[in-house]
Amino acid sequence: MLLEQLINGITLGSIYAIVALGFTLVFGVLGIINMAHGEIFMFGAFIGVIITSTLGLPLWIAFLAAIIVTGILGYMLERVALRPLRGKQGVSHLAPLISTIGASILLENLSHHLFGAGNHPFRNAFAEISFQIGSITIYLVQILIFVISVILMIVLSYWLLKTKAGKALRATAENIETASILGVNTKRIIILTVVIASAMGGIAGILVGMAFNSVNPQMGLSMGLKGLAIIILGGMGNVRGAMAGGLILGLSETLIVAYGDSGYRDAVAFITIIVILLLRPQGLFGQKTTAAGR
Amino acid sequence: MLNITNIETFYGKIQALKGITLNVEQGKIVTLLGANGAGKTTTMKTIVGLLKPQNGKIEFLGENVTGLRPDQLLRKGIALVPEGRAILGSMTVIENLEMGAYHRKDNEIDKDVEKVMMHFPILKERKEQLGGTLSGGQQQMLAIARALLSRPKLLLLDEPSMGLAPLIVADIFKIIREIKDNGTTVLLVEQNARQALKIADYGYVMETGKIIIKGKASDLLKDPRVVEAYLGKK
Repeated sequence: MLLEQLINGITLGSIYAIVALGFTLVFGVLGIINMAHGEIFMFGAFIGVIITSTLGLPLWIAFLAAIIVTGILGYMLERVALRPLRGKQGVSHLAPLISTIGASILLENLSHHLFGAGNHPFRNAFAEISFQIGSITIYLVQILIFVISVILMIVLSYWLLKTKAGKALRATAENIETASILGVNTKRIIILTVVIASAMGGIAGILVGMAFNSVNPQMGLSMGLKGLAIIILGGMGNVRGAMAGGLILGLSETLIVAYGDSGYRDAVAFITIIVILLLRPQGLFGQKTTAAGR
Repeated sequence: MLNITNIETFYGKIQALKGITLNVEQGKIVTLLGANGAGKTTTMKTIVGLLKPQNGKIEFLGENVTGLRPDQLLRKGIALVPEGRAILGSMTVIENLEMGAYHRKDNEIDKDVEKVMMHFPILKERKEQLGGTLSGGQQQMLAIARALLSRPKLLLLDEPSMGLAPLIVADIFKIIREIKDNGTTVLLVEQNARQALKIADYGYVMETGKIIIKGKASDLLKDPRVVEAYLGKK
């Protein structure tokens, strides 16, 4: 029973981690909270529903389509909601926050319009396939979610640590001026960051659709808030922090539902975060100096 | 090599540069002196494209480069070691060096990184350490080494001796002379006017956004206005 719940928790947690990674990348490079990330994630989920349930096409095409569509949404977000506000004199530092909230409302209403307000089931061929190991039931979907999340995290970590573009992104995150005098086209890195973050949100959207078998236009908001809570927990802009924070939130939510009262699910998750932040205000992996985050 | 004509740069409504004209000849060390707030750093930032001039023209190797971005200017051969060194503190020493060669596509980068580390043994010793953990002098060496890895034709150094112990300052000035001997032109901004003029070929003195004196380094060392304002009495 405990093991089963741990597996559920890790599955959920790895999805949270992917959502939070999108948040943390954008925060790390641009120093802003992208409030539209949750809605881009929701669009990814809807693309998954359309491709697999409505059109009956295989899952990998759903992933591909979600990556492309959410990547394009990310690009448009950067062009329309972020870039016009950047580097202008007299623009409040809260302006990008407000403009991304605007984008999130637009996207939510758009999805109401396009897909309807109700819940959409996420059907796929192997939703019911499960294994029995002793007394534990594991669904193939869970394994798939976990494997995809882990691969995504490994690829992202490797990309950031070892590749030239990844290093340029880290340099830009640390200091945009320094990166630019070292020859980094920071405008391009910013676009790349928002596009990658959005595409990861899109992938997470499909994973959530598969995990909960339900997709609706409101799902972006709660996921967005959780992603935000996770990066505060893990340390703003910190990649490892987003992964660890996602797993912690996923596990604590699942265990509360299993052994406590499911009504407290969200509450306990956020109480955990409050307690950790009281003990470590900079987040689990965050640095003490705020200047280093930019 | 670098010709700047009547550059005017603003911070909002405040005019920081009020028509700067200067040129840097190939193969020389040129120094830019002046008190705090005279506009030296603003001039440097304008040259590398971190600030856009409102008026005026910047020519590099005969080509108009006014208004280009810093990464474009680096590709043309202008590198800046900024004031405060701007080490990437969360990246290792070796990663900092690799970032210096970011725009290069040739296959001699590893060889050059190795060469630079031979030249600055302390960087080799600490190559896996995070840049932020180095001392001030080591960070300055790293910043200069990193800029050299871009293979610049013109190297801009903004206050390289700031905050360093006298012995290390002497090292830095020795390094600057070596850079020139290796064929890289240098534009040097310094508070340490005497040392700067000793290694420079010629220099400019700035005051409140304008160039007020221009001359050969040896003449500036004797110029009473320079002596009084920047060199002090011996």
